[in-house]
Amino acid sequence: MRVIDLKKIFTLLMALTFLLLTGCGGNSAQEKKSSELHISAAASLTDAMKEISTAYEKENPNVKIIFNFGSSGALQQAIENGGETDLFFSAAQKQMDSLEKSANLVEGTRKNFLENEIVLIVPADSDKKISAFEDLTRADVQHVALGEPKGVPVGQYSEEILTALNILDAVKAKAVYGSDVRQVLAWVESSEADCGIVYATDAAVSDKVKVVAVAAQNTHKPVIYPAAIVKGTKNLDDAKKFLNFVGTDAAKNIFEKYGFKCID
Amino acid sequence: MEISPLIVTLKTAVTATVITFFLGIFLAYAVVKMKKFKGIADAVITLPLILPPTVVGFFLLLLFGKKSFIGKIFLQFDVTFVFTWKAAVISAVIVSLPLMYRTTRGAFEQIDVNIIQAARTLGVSEGKIFWRIILPNARYGILAGIILSFARALGEFGATMMFAGNIPGVTQTLSTAIYSAVQANDYDTAFQWTGVMMIFSLTFILATNFLPNMRRSSF
Repeated sequence: MRVIDLKKIFTLLMALTFLLLTGCGGNSAQEKKSSELHISAAASLTDAMKEISTAYEKENPNVKIIFNFGSSGALQQAIENGGETDLFFSAAQKQMDSLEKSANLVEGTRKNFLENEIVLIVPADSDKKISAFEDLTRADVQHVALGEPKGVPVGQYSEEILTALNILDAVKAKAVYGSDVRQVLAWVESSEADCGIVYATDAAVSDKVKVVAVAAQNTHKPVIYPAAIVKGTKNLDDAKKFLNFVGTDAAKNIFEKYGFKCID
Repeated sequence: MEISPLIVTLKTAVTATVITFFLGIFLAYAVVKMKKFKGIADAVITLPLILPPTVVGFFLLLLFGKKSFIGKIFLQFDVTFVFTWKAAVISAVIVSLPLMYRTTRGAFEQIDVNIIQAARTLGVSEGKIFWRIILPNARYGILAGIILSFARALGEFGATMMFAGNIPGVTQTLSTAIYSAVQANDYDTAFQWTGVMMIFSLTFILATNFLPNMRRSSF
């Protein structure tokens, strides 16, 4: 019988911790540039923001941008509970309103910078000839992928659109609800669903789906992305500078590449 | 390729496992010895295993946030938790603790009470009984607990995301890096990290399966 010695496990664990702690402490200290800008942003902005930060760092080599991508709601909760960050880019007004109410924003820095559209998508090789939201009621459309209306913002917008078009009840009978917008996209990509309703930006990143209709502006609340500087920032100047950079043509081109509409 | 998520994950999981190891054994011992409120204590410690990790993250946010009692005390010393590496460790400890505690407690309870009673009649102190009789006899359970806790800490996502954020080089672990890569439509990176993750998980599951074989050659 082999005997496992607890003391050995013990020593091994301690040695590992020590190694990792000392080994990694050194790395992060070396990489520090003169100024760090911490940005918390909605997950749907991930690829666009990364590209914009690369462009910004090229122009401002002394600044290093550190991202924290997550769901807008979770980020808002964390910021309200003391999470330190310089800038916050939200995917909806609700979270920004909450931060403004709890006095967590630097006054006068909040601005709306992006708009997203809601689109109807079908698999790229679809032969069902779906071309408008009204087609969802057709008998040969069997599964419609939607975001869960209670928890997923795009699901709420979808219900608004379907209500405005007076086809909500007919579509509900064939709806499959995804727990986030990427899941809706995945169902349509794999043709599990005949069509789905997502943001224009989600449709833009996938070559396995095509957009067949864009929801009219008057059928749903506008999808606006607000940004603001968070109170307690240790880097107000750089935060302001970055916020201005987001409004420049260089940044706008990047956002548009990923399917966003920029707001002046 | 940026390897910081792997380093952060290992650093977090190892540190969390060391804390869980001590805390889990202590709690298991304390609960086994308890006469009153045993059930309540057990339920509270096991709760993070049942609750969705995002809920655990939300609780941690409220418990350690700057508006909370604990948060305010630490703020006096200029220590904050949200969006820091400390938060990642705390999240991993809380979600892995039930596994360490449960397995250790099970091992403690399987020890023949007669041995302990015999030691007592011989006048051995309770401390010595713990170190020389209980711990050595529970070593397989404890080892299994360590492996399970470590594996759970490696894969932790929900609570970490909520409480520690997803900051590359600081709190971005393999799990949150995979999430970010998927969000950015960067499936290559997502697949690479998923591969790394699977190798780690498989190794640890294999390790747990290996344990009983060491104990007895066969039936």
